[in-house]
Amino acid sequence: METIVFALVNGVIYGLLLFMLSSGLTLIFSMMGVLNFAHASFYMLGAFFAYTIMGATSFWLALIFAPILVGLIGAAVERYGLRRVHVNGHVAELLFTFGLAYLIEEIVKIFYGKTAVDYRVPSILDFPAMQIYGVDLPAYRIFMLFVAIAMLVGLWLLLKRTRAGLIIQAALSHPHMVGHLGHNVPLIFMAVFGIGCALAGLAGVIAGNIFVTDPSMAVQMGPIVFVVVVVGGIGSLEGAFVASLLIGLLQNLAVGVNASFADIFGFLGLSAASEVGSITVSSLGPVLPFLLLVLILIFRPQGLMGEREL
Amino acid sequence: MSTTQESFDYSAHIPSNAEKFRQRTLPLLIFAAILVAIPLTGPSRTVYTLMHQMGINIVLALSYNMLLGRAGLLSFGHAVYFGFGGYFAMHAMNWIADGSGIWADFPVFLLPVLGFGAGALAGAVIGWPSCRRAGTTFAMISLGVAELIASGAFMFDSFFGGEQGISGDRMNGPELFGLTLGPISQVYWFIAFWTVVGVVGMYAFTRTPLGKLSEATRDNPQRVQFIGYNPQRVRYLVFIFSGGFAGLAGAMAAVNYEIFTPDAFSLVPSGFILIMAYVGGITYFVGPIFGAILLTYMQSMMSDFTDAWLLYLGVLFISIVMFAPRGLAGIVFGFSAGLRGPRPRAFLITWLTQLAGVALMLIGLIVLVEIAVRWSNGYGEVFAPFGLPLAQANPLSWLLVVAPAIAGVALSRRAARMREAQA
Amino acid sequence: MNIKKTAILAAALSVFTLTAAAAGTIKMAFIDPLSGPFGPSGEGALTSFQLAAEHINAAGGINGDKIEVTGYDNKVNPKESLVQLQKALDSGARYILQGNGSSVAAALITAVNKYNARNPGQEVLFFNYAAVTPAFTNEMCSFWHFRFDAHADMKMAAITDWIKNNPDIHKVYIIGQDYVFGQAVAKAAVEQLAKKRPDIKIVGNELHPLGKVKDFTPYIQKIVASGADAVITGNWGADMQLLMKAAAESGSNVPYLTFYGGSKGTVAALGAGGINRLYQVTEGITNLPASDKQYALIEEYKKRFPQYDYYYHRSFIAMAMFKAAAEKAKSNDPIPVAKALEGLEIDQAYGKALMRASDHQIQMPLYISTVSDDVKYGVDDTKYGWKLVPNGTISLEAAEQPTTCKMKRPS
Repeated sequence: METIVFALVNGVIYGLLLFMLSSGLTLIFSMMGVLNFAHASFYMLGAFFAYTIMGATSFWLALIFAPILVGLIGAAVERYGLRRVHVNGHVAELLFTFGLAYLIEEIVKIFYGKTAVDYRVPSILDFPAMQIYGVDLPAYRIFMLFVAIAMLVGLWLLLKRTRAGLIIQAALSHPHMVGHLGHNVPLIFMAVFGIGCALAGLAGVIAGNIFVTDPSMAVQMGPIVFVVVVVGGIGSLEGAFVASLLIGLLQNLAVGVNASFADIFGFLGLSAASEVGSITVSSLGPVLPFLLLVLILIFRPQGLMGEREL
Repeated sequence: MSTTQESFDYSAHIPSNAEKFRQRTLPLLIFAAILVAIPLTGPSRTVYTLMHQMGINIVLALSYNMLLGRAGLLSFGHAVYFGFGGYFAMHAMNWIADGSGIWADFPVFLLPVLGFGAGALAGAVIGWPSCRRAGTTFAMISLGVAELIASGAFMFDSFFGGEQGISGDRMNGPELFGLTLGPISQVYWFIAFWTVVGVVGMYAFTRTPLGKLSEATRDNPQRVQFIGYNPQRVRYLVFIFSGGFAGLAGAMAAVNYEIFTPDAFSLVPSGFILIMAYVGGITYFVGPIFGAILLTYMQSMMSDFTDAWLLYLGVLFISIVMFAPRGLAGIVFGFSAGLRGPRPRAFLITWLTQLAGVALMLIGLIVLVEIAVRWSNGYGEVFAPFGLPLAQANPLSWLLVVAPAIAGVALSRRAARMREAQA
Repeated sequence: MNIKKTAILAAALSVFTLTAAAAGTIKMAFIDPLSGPFGPSGEGALTSFQLAAEHINAAGGINGDKIEVTGYDNKVNPKESLVQLQKALDSGARYILQGNGSSVAAALITAVNKYNARNPGQEVLFFNYAAVTPAFTNEMCSFWHFRFDAHADMKMAAITDWIKNNPDIHKVYIIGQDYVFGQAVAKAAVEQLAKKRPDIKIVGNELHPLGKVKDFTPYIQKIVASGADAVITGNWGADMQLLMKAAAESGSNVPYLTFYGGSKGTVAALGAGGINRLYQVTEGITNLPASDKQYALIEEYKKRFPQYDYYYHRSFIAMAMFKAAAEKAKSNDPIPVAKALEGLEIDQAYGKALMRASDHQIQMPLYISTVSDDVKYGVDDTKYGWKLVPNGTISLEAAEQPTTCKMKRPS
């Protein structure tokens, strides 16, 4: 029972964090068709900028300015990099972001050194908020939950309640039509790319201090974000939301299961001594998202809630 | 070497036998002749090792280009087929060492045939579900499959050997062509032979109906369907062949290194294959060969000169994507085409201006990066090219960053204007 | 750029330097990651070796020859390591230094064995300073390989010895990465605990995929729920740091006994959370009482290489033993040096060090330490450093493990 409760709490928090990362990517991906390989690099930049700003001033200023800074860099990358490459097709754009990820990592290494920096949870939030079955649930995790929900609501209001949001929504599903209607599509692209990167940066600010802020954090987070976006379905923020929570819960729940394949498939004659039989479900947890990705793409290529195929 | 782009236009004129020889056979003969001539220069172990790696990477990058360049399939998991070919060859090498049954009579020299089979089989199994889709779906499936297999490789030790991988000894079994494969100079002939086989084989593939169809499927799958072919099936078959050639390269690597480890499956080598092919130029058959040679060299030798070689690699890759999407081969063929064009003199001047601009920008970049890296390390070491110390507090250093960069940008702009004037 | 020409030129140059080097330089090739995510662990060791070489050279070198340690970047890839090995051999190196990654070490051991068999008269020796898979000095042992680090079973012996003397510990949880090394650590822990403290209950034996877990909180929850009094882990890299961060966050305050808690960045990532929670086992810690000479060395290292801390004490041991062996053999050639190294015993800053002749495995005292803010030397530019724990000194004899090695020596 306690395992399940704990997995639920953690799964939701982790899932919301994933959503913060993947919502920006979904926007970018749906609108521009570009799978931004450097998206997790912007997440990393958010964490490093927050570390610098927090060192000079306070965490709260970092929470505001680090994402803005990351968003500006993202917008610049779109304006001076991606837009140029756009004429050469999607593969070129994708490869551009692929190279960009390399570049950002190396530049971060020059400025911040090659290993982890001492980016801390602010002391005001550094206390256990409650105990669940003897394990502390830190206040900072609750704070993360609130930031994620605030972001979710903010994004929803932006998309559903403002004119700009309506145009973005239209551009998500029918980018060409929006262009024909006379909207400045390049500007929308730039803005969306910037906002997407800023959201990733925000995720970096609030996650960098409970995980580790080092130059390899982008590579670590990168693939899983793709999984969320693709599983959720293109053009669908709701899908990304569901997929984030699903993957967060799946990973957390799997860890709690001690059964091995031999226990589950024992009736088929699988012995615990064999290699397949000795694999436990909990050791598979982190691999499950990729299995999900492959299965979804084969059987439901439009993703969980997407309207069109990739 | 000819490009299929040139020989594409069948209806306009069918090439004469002389042209066919010049464009298709001759370059391959020259390639083979270079490979035969290299040992005559008395290379050192380093050169041999580097050559072997280049040979393996040439076959691997070309096999990848069968997917990306020819069939338009972007894969993030090509190292998987390389890995399966290599692992199977590694196991076969150990069976040969045991010498039981038919393995006693199987020469190590022919292991790449088995590698091809293993790679093709892996391609057939994995390609079955993934080739039903093209485009980004295909790319994402390849990414997911690669992640799954890379993680799984650490779980099944009996085949993959765990972290330490499988190692073997190539000096077993019957000898072929009098090669014991012991000394590195003998392995060279093995690598050279299979590199030529791989290159000729993949070039021949582009000439087959299936090769042609794969290009048609890339450009317009609907039309391919109209004329009665199934694009999914075409993709699937190409995928199997591509996996086979990757497996061939894997077996070459198995014999060369006598070890295979599970990290051969991970996303890092897959990404490197992609970079090799793209930097070389995916629209030309020879492009990946250029890319494989350059990047193999960079990977093994550049770390001797600079700590920041990954940064330079990133800059090279991004510049190619942004400014030369047809890759190194595009630059080379563009240059020779320009010289044969109507105004070779003007073209040459423009080209040299551009070259000077790029070189100047590169100087600025190198000075900047090298100073920054030393500052970042904090060892108090000073960047001193040609004995000229350039500390970060030295104004001369910054002059050497800014001045060449500005001059380089100005020259490049000038070259761009000249190109516009000529066009 | 004409690549082939450049390559040939480079090769020609290296042949030239080979002949030039014959007069008075001992070339040692350091083959380890110097770029990419594992770059820092390679660089920290390379700088240690280079500083050790500088000190030896300043004191007149070895038998009149100077040592030169050159770094070769292998990107922790076994195949790339073999390429770099060929480059090192071309440059005239007869001594190979490596440590990061047992897969690389295994590849190098086989490659060196084959090279020495195929090229008699040009033998090279492999000094392994950190790859700890026990097999290298057991079933895989080789005359050409010397290990200057305690292997996994020895480190586990130190950990279990400490647990043995802590009657408060009744339940132990084992967590590790799901691959050969993690599995070996888990197996050694179970076996040795059963022998030393049969009353201890192993309440969990968990393996997680290597480098794939982002949030360790669910694992920590399992550990807490199991009621463990101590946790043993062989994790390294990000898996180590993330595990410890999650542990600190959850408020679980049982000791985490680790092999690699001291690797760069972990203490910085944890801060105060590491105190009495993160434990490590090493061959020396800077805050042990030592001679003024040793303190001076620690301070010199930090001053010269501000990004790193004095961590690779064993690289200084390795170089000191190399010097002693070469001077005993009166030769800098690999075979006499190897023979002199066998059974060699020296006094190092934190006790004795003995190169066991039967398997070329170093024997030395080990120390269990934990993070503290009351120390002489902090690490990672924080005030936190490593402090010896009560009963934390494990004698050379207690850490010693039997070997199954049947060494084949050249005649």
